[in-house]
Amino acid sequence: MASFNLKINKKKYTVEADPNMPLLWALRDVIGLTGTKFGCGIAQCGACTVHLNGDAVRSCSLPISAVGDGEVVTIEGLSENGDHPVQKAWEEVDVMQCGYCQSGQIMSAAALLEKNPNPSDEEISSAMNGNICRCGTYVRIREAVKKAATLK
Amino acid sequence: MEIIKTHYNRRSFLKVSAAAGGGLMIGFNWLMSCAPSDEKGTLAMPDEWFDINAYLKIGNNGVVTIYSPNPEIGQNVKTAMPMIVAEELDVDWGNVLVEQAPLNTIKYKRQLAGGSQSIRQEWKTLRIAGATARRMLMEAAAQKWQVPVSELTTDKGVIKNASGKTLGYGEVASQAVSVEIPEEVQLKDAKDFKIIGKPTKNVDNKKVYTGQPLFGLDIKREGMLIAMIAHAPAFGMRPKSVDDSAARNMPGIKDVFTITTLPDGIEPQWSDVNAFKELVVVVGDNTWNVMQAKKALKIEWEATSELMSTEGYEKALSDLLEKKADKPARMDGNPDEVFKKAAKIVERTYSAPFLAHNTMEPMNFFAHVTADGAELLGPIQTPEQLRTTTAAVLGLPQEKVTVGMTRQGGGFGRRLYGHFGVEAAVIAKYVNAPIKLVYTREDDMTQGTYRPAYKVKYQAAIDKNNNLVGIKIRGAGIHESPVFANRFPAGAVDHYLVENHSLDSNISTGAWRAPRSNFMAIAEQSFLDEVAEAVGKDPIDFRLELLDRAATKPVGERNDYDAARYAGVLKLVREKSGWDEKKDGVHRGVSAYFCHNSYVAQVLDVVMKNSKPVVQKVWCAVDCGIVVNPEGAKNQLEGGIVDGLGHTMYSEMTFKDGKPDQNNFHNYKLIRNSEAPLEIECFFVENGIDPTGLGEPGLPPAGAALANALYAATGKRLSTQPFAKSELAIITM
Ligand code: FES
Ligand code: FES
Repeated sequence: MASFNLKINKKKYTVEADPNMPLLWALRDVIGLTGTKFGCGIAQCGACTVHLNGDAVRSCSLPISAVGDGEVVTIEGLSENGDHPVQKAWEEVDVMQCGYCQSGQIMSAAALLEKNPNPSDEEISSAMNGNICRCGTYVRIREAVKKAATLK
Repeated sequence: MEIIKTHYNRRSFLKVSAAAGGGLMIGFNWLMSCAPSDEKGTLAMPDEWFDINAYLKIGNNGVVTIYSPNPEIGQNVKTAMPMIVAEELDVDWGNVLVEQAPLNTIKYKRQLAGGSQSIRQEWKTLRIAGATARRMLMEAAAQKWQVPVSELTTDKGVIKNASGKTLGYGEVASQAVSVEIPEEVQLKDAKDFKIIGKPTKNVDNKKVYTGQPLFGLDIKREGMLIAMIAHAPAFGMRPKSVDDSAARNMPGIKDVFTITTLPDGIEPQWSDVNAFKELVVVVGDNTWNVMQAKKALKIEWEATSELMSTEGYEKALSDLLEKKADKPARMDGNPDEVFKKAAKIVERTYSAPFLAHNTMEPMNFFAHVTADGAELLGPIQTPEQLRTTTAAVLGLPQEKVTVGMTRQGGGFGRRLYGHFGVEAAVIAKYVNAPIKLVYTREDDMTQGTYRPAYKVKYQAAIDKNNNLVGIKIRGAGIHESPVFANRFPAGAVDHYLVENHSLDSNISTGAWRAPRSNFMAIAEQSFLDEVAEAVGKDPIDFRLELLDRAATKPVGERNDYDAARYAGVLKLVREKSGWDEKKDGVHRGVSAYFCHNSYVAQVLDVVMKNSKPVVQKVWCAVDCGIVVNPEGAKNQLEGGIVDGLGHTMYSEMTFKDGKPDQNNFHNYKLIRNSEAPLEIECFFVENGIDPTGLGEPGLPPAGAALANALYAATGKRLSTQPFAKSELAIITM
């Protein structure tokens, strides 16, 4: 057990936990932010995607001891009122089926557009390839990323 | 206009106390009773709610809450079912909130997600629920105004009388609760629908896209512990001894013990499929700590039955394909005779592996068992069956077990088999605390309940005039043969033979999105393509000729399809895809299949890019009768197509000595974004027939359309899934 000061969604949290505990479980079980999902635990599915200093990272494979004083943003902190362009585009395109993968998809898309405001089809697909959608909403995901680019 | 007697499910319409806050629903909890869906977040909450019937309550300000009775697994019934109620209630959809109803077998009829049946089977009930409430509100208004109810009309939640006066539903709701339930109600004409048929967004969009807690895995309660299980690593094994000395002393760990979830003497139901009834359980304060302790367990396992390997059952299934069945499942004419005299015989064997469901949200369930009873909450497709088994296992009467449903991170059939809910209850009782059982992906993927491995051999006899005269189909699969004896092309061919074999295994299997159809469509529709080529006909023309034969002069009596509707989707997809114009460099495949009461035909275009096939576009024509929510319907079809292509192309479970070779997404490949079709376009037949479901029917044809397009592109007929294992390169953008 050790104590960590984490910066999440612009708030400070002190977490007492095993230094190896992945950020995912600190978020979900300790802090109580459950928007970030567990899908595989081995950085293969993207359900747990959050932003660390603006980069999309897999929180299931990031120990809290490695977060340091990095700025973490989760789906709950992506926007104040759920109106980030990516969230709006996801609503407009009516992307989800079960919805379980979508917070991870949205976080990957938001990180992509932050760095590349006008991605090509290939760039979208390759940036989103780490996020599995078992329900198969990929066509809508691509459309929504393109729409979000126009809403920026 | 249709007049319907309301009595067949009157219990749903029994009046209940008009207590504010909804005395209607029992077993409510934080997850369900948090602010209901309000997309815009702008609806003002009423001061008081009036329960009109089991499906809806109306606030004094006119806001309406509609309860969605069935489990939501991503098939979007939580939007579509309330739309149907709202239509007949005649309210503004913008004024509607939706809440998931918990299991209540007195109030609701069939709270089960399976077989694409939610919309089809509940269509009338949901309409009656809305229409009954509307009628009661109108009668309350008629009493107020002292006018006959026949002079009143409604629109968007407002009642109007002949002199032009109006009353909102909220203004008469308190009186409506004491109006006599009408004996019969009028349902709208389809032409008057204002909500049904309008593209309508998912009611949970906002919550999901902002990360609100909605799923089973998100449940948190005061004092709740986390439980995880270790099941045997191989099918045919059980725990022999457990050394938990290290695990027990790890941080946060409360207890380690072994349970049996279905003790002897309890008669299993169909939904109790489970290969691992003896489990080692670790309970602790958080998921990570429990995961670590689980790794520290030293468990010795022992084999209690045969440890099967893929090679072994593959050979056994192949051997079965060479064996005559004791009794045919169907026989028309004299197949042996026409095969003997055939000028040409086309033959091909198709095979497919076991598949895991891999719902994105792994199995999990919340349970709390006290002296008063058991409370269960989580993702489950069969809440009623879960209650029955849990009550039996805990030795409680059914009324003492409540089951609530969360939004579910996928189903695909996996959550029909609710052993994890029973396990949660048994663990909660043992530790005497509320617990959430969580499976890791590895626990989930290696637990079984798989789509069975299947094989089928097709043979076609062609006479000297190049006519198809006979078909023989012999199927074999783990626990079941995949073949449906009376489906197309049965009924279209004079001499027809179906034989079924099955092979026992301790590898457990269960329904997986479009059971059996998910394999048979690929085999049948690839084979018909090959036969069409052998007789020198266009693949669509050839299918239409067979369907014409089935419609005009059917062979046999028990043909499980409507040939005219089948032909309808093929004609529609031919027109929409421009099938008859050939395009340079574009290789096309067609496929059509009927299952779960809906008809689907697809044309799929492949182009070669750097000598790799890319799925450029899929056209999908569908006959599911009235389309309740076109947006949701299209989403289901798109998902079905991507799911079908992905699994046909990439996925499989294989075994060595009973142990699965795959246990997570690094060794079990699921289709990814860059591999999905560039474009999918859907078209619906408009015929006004009562609606049927779409959760499954979009999937089966996709793999065959792909196989047929790949044949056009490469000259190779693919028949062994997953296709990516053949020398053919994988599809990618
Ligand atoms: S849970 Fe982190 S990538 Fe799957
Ligand atoms: S919407 Fe279900 S996994 Fe993506």
